[in-house]
Amino acid sequence: MAKSRMKRFVVTIALAAGLSSGGMAWADKWSEKYPIKEDIPGPASYEATSKKDYSGRTLTILTHAIPVMGEPTALHAKQFEELTGAKVKVVHVPFGDLFQKAMIPFQTGQAAYDVMFYGSLWIGDFHNYLAPVPGEYIGMPQMQDVTRNYKDVAIWEGRMIQFPVDGDRHYLKYRSDVINNPELRAKYKEKTGKDLRVPQTWKEYAEMARFFNILDCEGDGEKNYGSAEVVARDNLMFSAIISRVAPYAKHPDVKGGFFFDLETMEPLVNTPGWVEGVKDFVEAQDYMPPGGNNFGLGDEIFSFGGGQTLFSYSWDDAFIQAMEPKSRIRNLVGAAPLPGAHKVWNRKTGKWDKFETPNRAPYICWGWTSAVAKASKNKDMAFDYLAFFANPANHQSDLLVGRFGVNPYRTTDFDPKFYIKEAGWAPDVAKTYCATLSGMDKSRNRVFDLRVPGVNQYMSSLAAGVSKALAKQLTPQQAMDEVAAEWKKITERLGKDRVRKAYATVVALEDNLR
Amino acid sequence: MIQSRYKYLFLFPGLFTLIAIIIFPLVFTFRLSFSSWDVVQPTLDFIGFDNYVRVFNDTRFWESLGTLGTVVFSVVSLEYVIGFALALLLWQDIEKNRFFRVLFIIPMMATPVIISVVWRTMFHETLGPINDLLSMIHLPAVPWLSKPTSALIAVILVDIWQWTSFVFILLLAGLLSLPHEPYEAAAMDGANRFQIFWHITFPMMAPITIGILIIRIIEASKIMETVYVLTSGGPGTSTETSAYYIFIRSLREFQIGYSSAMSIVYLLMMILALTLIAKGLTKGLVSKGGI
Repeated sequence: MAKSRMKRFVVTIALAAGLSSGGMAWADKWSEKYPIKEDIPGPASYEATSKKDYSGRTLTILTHAIPVMGEPTALHAKQFEELTGAKVKVVHVPFGDLFQKAMIPFQTGQAAYDVMFYGSLWIGDFHNYLAPVPGEYIGMPQMQDVTRNYKDVAIWEGRMIQFPVDGDRHYLKYRSDVINNPELRAKYKEKTGKDLRVPQTWKEYAEMARFFNILDCEGDGEKNYGSAEVVARDNLMFSAIISRVAPYAKHPDVKGGFFFDLETMEPLVNTPGWVEGVKDFVEAQDYMPPGGNNFGLGDEIFSFGGGQTLFSYSWDDAFIQAMEPKSRIRNLVGAAPLPGAHKVWNRKTGKWDKFETPNRAPYICWGWTSAVAKASKNKDMAFDYLAFFANPANHQSDLLVGRFGVNPYRTTDFDPKFYIKEAGWAPDVAKTYCATLSGMDKSRNRVFDLRVPGVNQYMSSLAAGVSKALAKQLTPQQAMDEVAAEWKKITERLGKDRVRKAYATVVALEDNLR
Repeated sequence: MIQSRYKYLFLFPGLFTLIAIIIFPLVFTFRLSFSSWDVVQPTLDFIGFDNYVRVFNDTRFWESLGTLGTVVFSVVSLEYVIGFALALLLWQDIEKNRFFRVLFIIPMMATPVIISVVWRTMFHETLGPINDLLSMIHLPAVPWLSKPTSALIAVILVDIWQWTSFVFILLLAGLLSLPHEPYEAAAMDGANRFQIFWHITFPMMAPITIGILIIRIIEASKIMETVYVLTSGGPGTSTETSAYYIFIRSLREFQIGYSSAMSIVYLLMMILALTLIAKGLTKGLVSKGGI
């Protein structure tokens, strides 16, 4: 009996040793050939994908231009081809053309693309044309790791129809070397009587940005400026204004809509909360770099990322740019939640409510997502490709390449150790980054995009109105009145019930009803 | 009989191409303009003149047409003046100036999007070389793309930079084809250079001038890429031209029916405007004695 137990023990040890050494060799096999640290076992791993055979079949993918999202799409497409024998055609188009490139085949009933990568806010327009993500993929460990916000973003009427590949949000970025500099702190205190700190409200943000505008904070002979923002009209400015407005207009105790009153579908964009945010945005032109009121996303990234401004807020890119290995401000930046507001418009009472602790309204901004077309004849291969694209090994590798545009959206992405060890970030930077990003998931006062049919019409109208206020063609109130009037017309044209039904899904997220 | 059938057979490829790329899209756009086809309703229904009524009440459309008028008038007149001056400069001594002639036509050969990206960098207020050059001669920096008036000037400058060469090359070809006799007669009569230009060269160049101006007006009216890259129609709506506005409504917002109606209205306006301009130019130049 003892002999037999001994024999079983030896066999078990040998088997374990064999398996572990085999496992190591197996991990090395993939990391030698592909740019990953090691393959991570799972249903969409390199090992598992290599066992699929899609020889003789073609997968067509629509994606963004290289590098943002376009480069990882092409990279993983090539890998998928090599592993499965499939032929993968990748079509790259500029962002401005993505919507129509996807929509025209949808509306004309063609299966032009099996897989699409696009902005997640278009779910309201695309949902009728997308295939639901099958249960086996939703059940994958990599999908279980996706945080609440990004599952919410992928779901439409209770079904997951977008495949999460990226996580986006707007948050504040600041120059920690300036904010924490004792001399500059003393100077700020002396001139303003206030403490220099990470701004808690938009008003505080403006005071600090104005103070440091045109100062040479680094003593290198180059002027620094207050704030880099996305202001160019048709270059994603609509998202910047949502960040600016959110804490004034998203009241934590008033439910039923941020963009519209869900009951009446009356636009709220010209209410005092919204107008206050627009006023701040217009005034911000005083502390932007020269030409800053024509900055698009790319300009904002390089302005803050290049060390030109004290503050910025938008997607991750500017922060990642600042943290690039060759950046002169690497590890001299910090991340924080978007500034809040001490007063919040209460549309139920028609009055401003005062908040001792600033009201915060994190904007879970749209980002890259992916989906499989309902009309696709290759759904099995398409979902396998997406699962492979986002498998843990690829995801971890993609997170480290700033230009790929793949940002954290999984629970495991919010571990500071990963950025310290793999990206060489300073511990403080990694901690503020992870705390800021993961903190947004816990908020009960989140703002989401207007995920309704015709979202581009609403956002284009919003951007045009705000742009008129910025150019002083109209006052902020006049501009927002004009936007509200146009939103009413858009809603009438698209159908009030249709828009309300879609908007109810957004409100359900914002009011934490789901 | 058989011969006449063959005739139609040979006509077919040209006719088919004409129908496929000109007639069908035009007719289909016209049909779309009476439908409510948009992002949620991809149907060819019939909604009467609703889209046209909306176009006439759309102040942004008319503003964009006004902006387009300013841009077209500015660029075409300046391109003509500069192009003519350059052509006159290089007309007489062809051999020596071959290099410059090639140099002048380079902008025309470049893609408008690329040109606009380059100019966007040039106009950059802190990193661009133009403001650097201005500061070297003690002039203040210009907010090229962030103020309505200067942004419009920037759009006009880029178009002039790119398309003056087109005007130049056609005018130079015209000058080279002029007969020598009138000039010999004028020289014998003792006419000065201005008199020769005003009474001989300019009138004799009238036919080509009309052609160039009409072509440039048509081409400049389609300005889109420069606006898209340089300003996105901003600040506010100060540089939004008709083509850009129709692009926003159609391909960004997917208001297909409505943007088709705008395209038809725009087409009719252009036909009307060009007819009047062509008549005016012909009349003006005939009275000058050119035609």
